[in-house]
Amino acid sequence: MNKRVLMKGNEVIAEAAVRAGCRHYFGYPITPQTEIMHYMARRMVEAGGVMVQAESEVAAINMVYGASAAGARVLTTSSSPGISLKQEGFSYIAGAELPAVVVNIVRGGPGLGGILPAQGDYFQATKGGGHGDYRNIVLAPASVQELYELTVEAFNLADRYRMLTMILGDGTLGQMMEPVAFREEEPIDSSDKPWAVTGFKAAEREHNTIQSIYIEADDLEALNNRLQDKYQIIRQQEVRSEQVNCENADVIVAAFGTCSRICRNVIRDAAALGIHVGLVRPITLWPFPDAAVVSAADQSSVQAVLTVELNAGQMVEDVRLAVNGLKPVYFHGRTGGNMPTQKEILDKIRSIVGR
Amino acid sequence: MMEEKVFTRTPGLTDKPFHYCPGCTHGIIHRLIAETMCEMGILETSIGVSPVGCTYNNYEYFACDMVQAAHGRAPAVATGIKRVHPNHTVFTYQGDGDLAAIGTAEIVHAAARGEKISTFFVNNAIYGMTSGQMAPTTLIGQVTTTSPFGRSADAQGYPINVSEMLATLQGAVYIERVSVTGVKQIRQAKKAIRKAFYVQQAGLGFSMVEILSTCPTNWGQDPVSALQWVDEAMMKQYPLGVFRGSEIEVKPEWK
Ligand SMILES: Cc1ncc(C[n+]2csc(CCOP(=O)(O)OP(=O)(O)O)c2C)c(N)n1
Ligand code: SF4
Repeated sequence: MNKRVLMKGNEVIAEAAVRAGCRHYFGYPITPQTEIMHYMARRMVEAGGVMVQAESEVAAINMVYGASAAGARVLTTSSSPGISLKQEGFSYIAGAELPAVVVNIVRGGPGLGGILPAQGDYFQATKGGGHGDYRNIVLAPASVQELYELTVEAFNLADRYRMLTMILGDGTLGQMMEPVAFREEEPIDSSDKPWAVTGFKAAEREHNTIQSIYIEADDLEALNNRLQDKYQIIRQQEVRSEQVNCENADVIVAAFGTCSRICRNVIRDAAALGIHVGLVRPITLWPFPDAAVVSAADQSSVQAVLTVELNAGQMVEDVRLAVNGLKPVYFHGRTGGNMPTQKEILDKIRSIVGR
Repeated sequence: MMEEKVFTRTPGLTDKPFHYCPGCTHGIIHRLIAETMCEMGILETSIGVSPVGCTYNNYEYFACDMVQAAHGRAPAVATGIKRVHPNHTVFTYQGDGDLAAIGTAEIVHAAARGEKISTFFVNNAIYGMTSGQMAPTTLIGQVTTTSPFGRSADAQGYPINVSEMLATLQGAVYIERVSVTGVKQIRQAKKAIRKAFYVQQAGLGFSMVEILSTCPTNWGQDPVSALQWVDEAMMKQYPLGVFRGSEIEVKPEWK
């Protein structure tokens, strides 16, 4: 590892993308992530790449679709209202099986909402906001260092599975400065893209087509079956999570991203009162780390699971599905850009354990 | 006497039969684009973008690499492709619903950016694929399934003259409107297609050829009267001509 430098989360995303070999960025300004675009406007020129300021998020995601079809590693970034506009493109990217990386630095909603951090886009990110039976891989970093590492990884996952991989951050992660250590060299999977439209040589291959339309029922079902098979492999191979202090815990807290950092501090506060709190932090939101949640919850010491989110209760539905009645599941959340305090969370834990 | 083959299918098209209705001029336009790519020797370095509309699957007809786009988004998709392969020839093929309604923002901004792509804009004054609804280009008085009493300016507004509108943009360096209703017009259309590709290859900026086209099926006309309707009714609203770039000379070797 190189020496650590102090950088803003949003800029780290941009730098990570360039290091991962991304030379095409398409975006439209929106707070709290526009620094990514500012950084790209300069950095892409240095790196011999392209940054296009699109006329809308709809156009930006369709430029991504085109650039990806043409074989490039490509990035677009936005925040909640802009991500809503990109949903059309997400669905087409899924149907055409194109790799792409999308960053959502989430702000409070619904509607224009506010520019403060939130996690209210969990449903949209993990359950799909576009039409049809499709999935996106969703990664949830919790620090600037992890923003860097997961952004690089997102490009590898996108290429490996020919699908959209999303980084779901929030305004806090995007805006805060933390030390980050860049690697000398990035672990880049250089996968061939024989399917891409690159111009063809009649002697070498047939002409390629990229499409998401299949008029015949059997053809469309074949695409859907292929997608579902791929998703099944991802569920088996790409689930990531972190468990902290879970062994013999009284209460398991489940939280992702920025919110998990607050919960991590609560472990110490609770220990001072003699309450053993463990934390499960999903790093992939899709595929969801069911097994990690179950292994933590299914201990005789555990009285309950508490999910803490910056929303009105979204991931808690996946936690409940995973826990499946083994233990009671509680929820605590704040919205609008407000953060739960350590004390709030501790009080909730105390009310659950009755101490 | 030896038999001489005087006409053959261009290798710019695959051998898949067109699915278009009798008398529909989409087929002629496809052939002109495909022939031009072959004559210019750019078939292998061309990438086309198919629209949403009756020609949604023309990726099966053009023999070059093709990408199918969401409704109206072809110019954005083409932008992405061109920025990855700046030396390739990238074109979009779009109908009037695709380009002038749902995709208005994408075409205006691709043109304004001077994106080095060529757009073939097929104006048949109606939505073909979805069975004859009013398009932004539908003429005043024209009966469609969503203007059953004829388009009225008061209730449904006025037709959009896309070529004239885009010609106001600096990035749009070559804009011409043509038709394919007769031999002379078809020859002119092919020249325009060639010039559009040339302008792109020379890196001059955005180029578009608007092609007036028939939809006998949804106009409720036979093929011959449909061609007459283009000449008589459509051309009043949409006069043929060069709206931008008449001064650009196609080099002799391109002719
Ligand atoms: C987002 C979206 N909206 C609507 C449609 C339905 N649709 C398919 S083709 C079409 C109209 C196409 O008309 P035009 O562009 O004029 O092409 P033509 O069929 O006349 O060649 C519409 C509205 C769609 N596929 N996608
Ligand atoms: S519906 Fe109209 S535009 Fe479509 S193929 Fe038939 S004639 Fe052509």
